[in-house]
Amino acid sequence: MNRFAELLDRLAYEPGRNNKLRLITGYFREVGDPDRGYALAALTGALSFKHAKPALVRELIAARTDPVLFGLSYDYIGDLSETVALMWPKAALAAHNNPPPPSLTEVVTTLRTLGKTELPKQLERWLDELDETGRWALLKLVTGALRIGISARLAKTAAAALGDKDPHEVELIWPGLSPPYLELFAWLEGRAEKPVNCDPAPFRPVMLAHAIEDADFAALDPADYIAEWKWDGIRVQAVAGRDDRGHITARLYSRTGEDITGSFPDLVPSLRLPGAIDGELLILREGRVQSFNVLQQRLNRKVVSPKLIKEFPIHLRAYDLLGDDENDLRELPFAERRERLERFVKKLDDPRIDLSSTVPFTSWDALTAARADPASAGAGEDADAVEGVMLKRRDAPYFPGRPKGQWWKWKRDPHIIDAVLMYAQRGHGKRSSYYSDYTFGVWTGGEGGDELVPVGKAYFGFTDEELLQIDRFVRRNTTEKFGPVRHVVHERDKGLVLEVAFEGLQRSPRHKSGVAMRFPRISRLRWDKPPREADRLETLERMLKEEAAEIEV
Amino acid sequence: MKPMRPQDILLPVAAGLCCKPGGFHIDPVRPVERAVITHGHSDHARAGHGVVLATQETLDMMRLRYGENFAGSTQVIHYGEEIRLGDVRVKFHPAGHVLGSAQIAVTCKDICIVASGDYKDAPDPTCAPFELVPCDVFITEATFGLPVFRHGDAADEVKKLLASVALFPERAHLVGAYSLGKAQRVIALLRQAGYDAPIYLHGAMETITHYYQSRGIALGELRPVKGVKKAALAGTITLAPPSATSDLWTRRFPDPVVAFASGWMRVRARARQRGVELPLVISDHADWDGLTSTIGATGAGEIWVTHGQEDALVHWCQSKGLKARPLDLVGYGDEEESETPIPDEAEA
Repeated sequence: MNRFAELLDRLAYEPGRNNKLRLITGYFREVGDPDRGYALAALTGALSFKHAKPALVRELIAARTDPVLFGLSYDYIGDLSETVALMWPKAALAAHNNPPPPSLTEVVTTLRTLGKTELPKQLERWLDELDETGRWALLKLVTGALRIGISARLAKTAAAALGDKDPHEVELIWPGLSPPYLELFAWLEGRAEKPVNCDPAPFRPVMLAHAIEDADFAALDPADYIAEWKWDGIRVQAVAGRDDRGHITARLYSRTGEDITGSFPDLVPSLRLPGAIDGELLILREGRVQSFNVLQQRLNRKVVSPKLIKEFPIHLRAYDLLGDDENDLRELPFAERRERLERFVKKLDDPRIDLSSTVPFTSWDALTAARADPASAGAGEDADAVEGVMLKRRDAPYFPGRPKGQWWKWKRDPHIIDAVLMYAQRGHGKRSSYYSDYTFGVWTGGEGGDELVPVGKAYFGFTDEELLQIDRFVRRNTTEKFGPVRHVVHERDKGLVLEVAFEGLQRSPRHKSGVAMRFPRISRLRWDKPPREADRLETLERMLKEEAAEIEV
Repeated sequence: MKPMRPQDILLPVAAGLCCKPGGFHIDPVRPVERAVITHGHSDHARAGHGVVLATQETLDMMRLRYGENFAGSTQVIHYGEEIRLGDVRVKFHPAGHVLGSAQIAVTCKDICIVASGDYKDAPDPTCAPFELVPCDVFITEATFGLPVFRHGDAADEVKKLLASVALFPERAHLVGAYSLGKAQRVIALLRQAGYDAPIYLHGAMETITHYYQSRGIALGELRPVKGVKKAALAGTITLAPPSATSDLWTRRFPDPVVAFASGWMRVRARARQRGVELPLVISDHADWDGLTSTIGATGAGEIWVTHGQEDALVHWCQSKGLKARPLDLVGYGDEEESETPIPDEAEA
């Protein structure tokens, strides 16, 4: 447990993806079975046991510390698990009699079977045996609050690196595996054959598109491609299959292979034909696709209430068919898969699942026109939920990853505003010596005339060279410093105008301006523009009005 | 005549802790006629006093920082040596904080007060170990005066650093550490752990580190980092003042891992705030267990608590039946946090 805690501790501070991978792979290499398997389960969220309530942790610490000292300490630290982990008194055991600290395996397997009444005593024993970091990790684990910024995908990639395997391979067999993953590690270390995925509804690594640039079109022949709308929802894979007894198992996966079925129970009954659909998750109300902002109300929910299901009815719009009953269709050309998809959706005949229509075109000019005005090119009333168009080669098999020249995405032009840089903050990791996080604002009428109000934050979109320029500007034009944050000069005639591109707007009571941007990034530095000519809040409010009516939570 | 009370011997005033019957101040924050100084950190050892009484090392450090004329005159005192000042006797004992650091025992008639300055009871290869001095009144610091501060074994933290160097051989490791004391202790601990490669130093650390070496403290091969090619710094360890580890200066290193050696690194939020990737819990101050066990062991019936988390420690003393009060002394920060940042563009 202490070694696992050390890994979590280090991961919690490490900002770089590659370095996180190195740390996890290093752990897998160093630690044997079955501990590393349970660690992989913890990192991928595959562990399940009844979590301890924070109240129990409070009771345990209250029984052994002075309440005033605990209060002062908790105030200072601000996190219950961390406070308790740090101030837990050392056990008064004879040195030679100290039991060894529990292994991760012992903790996980014990928690699985432990009765509720036995938990406090057990927790107490472990806390006595572990060190500070070990106690912290234990408390985070048992209270179910292990938030360390690691995705399941990253942990699997780290495991794959142990045997120089492609993470896709691990992803493919993953649904058939369970903790502590002995057969997975045996394969990765070359001691055994690759485990066979006998999951009836396995995930298939997804195929992704490249963003198309103007220059790319010259080399492409419109006749080779099928175009379809790119819907602004969540890309998913909906898989159904029969188990040994002939029962249908249905699962919904995110594009990284995470099982998200639990969040969308309302879609499961519709997945009753064996097959694998690649599609987009959307919210439909009275047949109309709602904006991404609306869909967002259904994401990352711990509890999916009947009310939520009713108010945000989920829908699957199908792009592609990867499997039809027992048949793997991925080797077939897209045009053929598309035909099979049409038949499959028709046979399914379910109001929650429909076909994403293709966009007929004969020339790039025609497609350009359709992309500019989806409403009159077939998207009709759903045009607002169109994020752009997708181009797929008619003869392209379904390849995992992002193969060149097969699929292209051609997004609609983003919204653009000119905003003024107001505050800058240091970045993390490689960027920790640069001011690379920018808060920008637009003009609005205040008591003493026009003033800037912050409307968003962006930390990418600029080139390395532009980062150097902004960093220099920030350092030379700082008016005040607050810890890591610098106030940068922002007056009518002094300051830096940033062209900010973003995908959408949402009303937000948390922001002073009342609006929040989706996916904002710096698209250009407007050294030429004086701040007084930057945009006004009214411009954003007008854009907001068009979307606002859709959300009612 | 009224019987003598402790506050008749030592009393906090604006300039610092004043000993009226002895005619001196301990670690005064303003210029005074006669100053008695516990150790060389800049918030305790300031320039401009008339006469300064301190250990040889503390006086040398003041000279290095402020120049030859930092005081009207100086007087060296050794550990265990007792001298008479006015109506009191003053004796210096090792405090285990940094090289030359001392606790000052002030005895008047039959009352003994120990002003411990900053201290730690943990082992440190770069200075004399803390000596327990029985007394009537113990003046203790409270930098880490909360039960959440448990520092553990510094050698284990250094192992963490070395494990990281082994795991990331293509990256440079930058260890933020206060230039006086902490940096040399980290270097000595690295040597104890068997690390014998050259260790690199930020320019601001060179003078004081060379002074440590001149006092016979073995630190192995040290090199200035200035002028070394970026690629050559892969897999190396560099010691730098904490403020330097988050600025332009770091751009000369290949993908640096930023570590910080401080007792504050016990608190996750503190480490994250500073953008530290590898927090090393190494402190030159006593942790909670060190403070409470030392207080108990002095046998003092009265405890004065100063700079830090006074409330918690005063509460603890009172719960143990000891007379305790916070001592309102201003001007002492924790050197680990308050070190003046180097200007942004310096050494860029």
